[in-house]
Amino acid sequence: MSAPASLPGDDVAIRLSGLTKTYGRGSTAVPALRGVDMTVRRGEVIGLVGPSGSGKSTLLKCLGAVIEPTDGRIELAGETIFDGARGGWRIADLRALRRDRIGFIFQAPYLIPFLDVVDNVALLPMLAGVPDAQARSRARELIAALDVGHRSGVRVSQLSGGEQQRVAIARSLINRPPVILADEPTAPLDSTRALAVMRILGEMAQRYGAAIVVVTHDEKIIPTFRRLYRIRDGRTEEEAGEGRPLDADPAPAAIG
Amino acid sequence: MINLAGRDIAQHFGRFLFTGVGLGLLIGATLTMAGVYRGMVADGRAVIAASGADLWVVQKDTLGPWAEPSSLRDDLQRTLAVLPGVAEVANAAYLTMQVPVHGREVRVMLAGVEPGGLGEPSQLVAGRPLLRSHYEAVADRATGLRVGDTVRIRRHDYAVVGLTQRATSSSGDPMLFIPLKDAQEVQFLKDNDSLLAERARTQANPALNRPGVPGLLDAVLAGQSASRSVNTVLVRVAPGHTVAEVQAAIGRWKHLTAWSREDMEEILVARLIATSARQIGMFLAILAVVSAAIVAFIIYTMTLNKQREIAVLKLIGARDRSIAALVLQQALALGLIGFAVGEGAATLWAPFFPKTVLLTAGDAARGLLATLGVCTLASSLAIRAALRVDPAEAIGG
Ligand SMILES: Nc1ncnc2c1ncn2[C@@H]1O[C@H](COP(=O)(O)OP(=O)(O)OP(=O)(O)O)[C@@H](O)[C@H]1O
Ligand SMILES: [Mg+2]
Repeated sequence: MSAPASLPGDDVAIRLSGLTKTYGRGSTAVPALRGVDMTVRRGEVIGLVGPSGSGKSTLLKCLGAVIEPTDGRIELAGETIFDGARGGWRIADLRALRRDRIGFIFQAPYLIPFLDVVDNVALLPMLAGVPDAQARSRARELIAALDVGHRSGVRVSQLSGGEQQRVAIARSLINRPPVILADEPTAPLDSTRALAVMRILGEMAQRYGAAIVVVTHDEKIIPTFRRLYRIRDGRTEEEAGEGRPLDADPAPAAIG
Repeated sequence: MINLAGRDIAQHFGRFLFTGVGLGLLIGATLTMAGVYRGMVADGRAVIAASGADLWVVQKDTLGPWAEPSSLRDDLQRTLAVLPGVAEVANAAYLTMQVPVHGREVRVMLAGVEPGGLGEPSQLVAGRPLLRSHYEAVADRATGLRVGDTVRIRRHDYAVVGLTQRATSSSGDPMLFIPLKDAQEVQFLKDNDSLLAERARTQANPALNRPGVPGLLDAVLAGQSASRSVNTVLVRVAPGHTVAEVQAAIGRWKHLTAWSREDMEEILVARLIATSARQIGMFLAILAVVSAAIVAFIIYTMTLNKQREIAVLKLIGARDRSIAALVLQQALALGLIGFAVGEGAATLWAPFFPKTVLLTAGDAARGLLATLGVCTLASSLAIRAALRVDPAEAIGG
């Protein structure tokens, strides 16, 4: 593993420097991030681990432009999107940023309850004007790859927690975003499916050059990362992972 | 493109329909209230038009014959008949009273008309018009009378020979037409007891009971019991003359006022039903405000209940207009269902009202516009709330 400083600039998908986030102010202020540095290259899946309350979700929310950091800098593909020294966000339409460049997989897989599985996944391209049939067929591919194809016509309220999580993963991948942020994506899954999810994420990284950050406690998947960031009291430390190959797993998931 | 509003409604169709029906009943009540007012005006106009008269001649400075008492001598019509421009005249007397119908008392407006003359109902739905000058009646259906019934009015029985429809006074009492002579008797004759008492008083008056003047007392008594009064003289203007010119000519008489059809309508709307109309208007306004508030509240709550979905939509980057469309389309759908139910309900229950409820297309159109307007306004508030939803709400810790 090369040191972050030596990475060629055009290969860097995410670069955080000195990122801080303090919730609230005055006597009730909670400093969740105290200066985080992190670099993720295109095509890389990295792990983010740390004890509960250490600031993992906060980091992902800042990175995903869901909450505003207090200070520091965020660059995506060389473009500075946040700079605390220059007044905060550097782009006006954060929602467009999220839609076009970031895929979210969060701890609680919030789906739209009044849509079925396929339409939950196909929603964004459909709203963006992609013909429904085309968006749905792309959605079906992803759903099949995530092993929930047999549930595609079902209302999401009738799915198990693990099935919902996989539908949420399919939804986050539909636009092939260059950055995917996943918060405990495998928590509700058994080890076969957890590894299948990691394989799909690895596939997205390799095939589309996505940069993927996976927050996890999950002992089943921690050995699969080649590179990890450990976060403690709002600060990160980089370390090398085992990088155990996923192909070794015999699960028969079809990858679209 | 996928329609989020439609999909959400489809998922909760029962609940949505239920809300729409509740709203619809409220809208129906509002539409009915407007119909009650229209019905009042229309009934009054219908009676004015049905009389066939162009002018109503009444006692000087009164708003007769319905709004204020008016009394004219019945031989006045002969003088009016020869006036230039007058084609036809007829005496008429009106009075409101109770009559027994099939064992219950019904409040009617008794109209004394000259058989075959002005003031007679122009259209019958059953039977025939009055032919004899005594003891026949044409009744409005709303009285409950049928052709062949007899109805007792004061001292006499009347045979019902014909029926009218929607002939009611401005206060909604059905009309009962009887020959003028009978009506005069009913209206201006005293009942037996007061007649006897008055006769006794007159007889006891020494000035009228002088020896040597034998016919005097009888003449006075006869004068007391005959009636020569009517409420109004109806006039039809001859072709080639204007109503205004005949009206002016009659107005020159010191003791008479002549009202045209327009004047009568104006008296009806501005004086007779003005207070009831304002009463209904107030109620209508309150009902409309309450309905609007409830529509707004429902739409707002509906949107707040979708906060989590909206947060997810914002998180994954759905545009504001997709979210606004979701809220607005649901609001309009709810409004349309409510309006359809309201219009249907009003149409269904209108015939069961004791007075005419006139549902006009214009009022329906205004009601629809108002409903959609309120829905749009309410959803614009709801949309503002929806767009303030924090996308971070969609994410767990
Ligand atoms: N909205 C908020 N307002 C105030 N404090 C917050 C908020 N969200 C998180 N915190 C605090 O910030 C710190 C970091 O929280 P965060 O959710 O990032 O932890 P985490 O590493 O994701 O923990 P877990 O593994 O339990 O999910 C915690 O002390 C938490 O209480
Ligand atoms: Mg967390």
